[in-house]
Amino acid sequence: MPNLKEVRTRISSVISTQQITKAMKMVSASKLRKATSAILQIRPYTQKLDEIKNNVLANNTGELEIKLSEKRTVKNALVVLMTSDKGLCGGFNSNLLKAARTLIQDELADLKQSGNITVMPLGKKGYDAAKKWGVNIDDRYVSVFQKLNFPSVSTIAEELMKGFLSQEFDSVHVVFSEFKNPAVQFFQAKSLLPLSTEGLNGNSGGSNIDYIFEPNPAEIIENLIPTFVKIQLFRCALDTVASEHGARMTAMDKATDNAGELLKSLRLEYNRARQAAITTEISEIVGGVAALEG
Amino acid sequence: MTCDILTPDKNVFSGEVTSVSVPGSEGRFQVLNNHAPIISSLAKGEIKVEGKDGKHAFLVKGGVVEVIQNKITILTELA
Repeated sequence: MPNLKEVRTRISSVISTQQITKAMKMVSASKLRKATSAILQIRPYTQKLDEIKNNVLANNTGELEIKLSEKRTVKNALVVLMTSDKGLCGGFNSNLLKAARTLIQDELADLKQSGNITVMPLGKKGYDAAKKWGVNIDDRYVSVFQKLNFPSVSTIAEELMKGFLSQEFDSVHVVFSEFKNPAVQFFQAKSLLPLSTEGLNGNSGGSNIDYIFEPNPAEIIENLIPTFVKIQLFRCALDTVASEHGARMTAMDKATDNAGELLKSLRLEYNRARQAAITTEISEIVGGVAALEG
Repeated sequence: MTCDILTPDKNVFSGEVTSVSVPGSEGRFQVLNNHAPIISSLAKGEIKVEGKDGKHAFLVKGGVVEVIQNKITILTELA
């Protein structure tokens, strides 16, 4: 028979846990709203960028020289690993880490053997995990998610492009989580550099308006290419943040539900114990009376 | 004519203007009403916007500007 007081303490501790998870759910919900609105905010920019790119390409006669899409034999690889800074978001971080490990152990297995993989963790959880993987770590930008904005991501992207161009590494992968909706994320590894030239070749539906180009179409595109890379990386980061809050919201919602279930069974147990105590007391009194009368 | 200055973070400026002066990569130029269609890359420098509500200036790190049918769109990063 459980002790009444014990059950009471457990009930109150579960109640306070439930309050915390409920509050965390609320907080994540509002952070999620902010994160999704940031994703929407870059849409006008990317749309216009695409439009301009297509218009320029439609008028381009020169040959494009894109140094960032140069395919070399991969001797050194860099993996940008995006995770969250904090836990309590279900399987979010472990799924990202799994995606990273798959990438490193399968696709880049040879490089791992020779120790030519560098991991650049963005987010503290990834940093903590990557330290145990026996790879080189570039920890300069671990805390980028504390205050995520375009300039900070842009600095990272510039650093990546510089490393790629100086042949410090020959391929750059990004492990991130694509945001679908609050409950659904896609954990994936995608290759950032060499840049895929998809969409940069041929006429992709731009208008044939007689623009003046300064300096000339090919050079304008080449000047824009770093921006494409930055935008891609920024997009990955925004998606990861939104996914994190979505995942946390779902996890905390489940935790609140579970706490509710637990409370229900604990209350039942408590009432049973209380009833049992009362029954014992009554039978004791009845027994006492019977003894006096007897 | 209308002018939009966009950065990936936010829409920096949007509104009715009379004159916009931008640091083109081949030299600074000014866009007035009925300017011919142009696409130009931008260098580091200052974008000066003159509108009904006064003058605005933005320091930028480069980018691209498109002018078409009295609609100016500037994609840039603030410095």
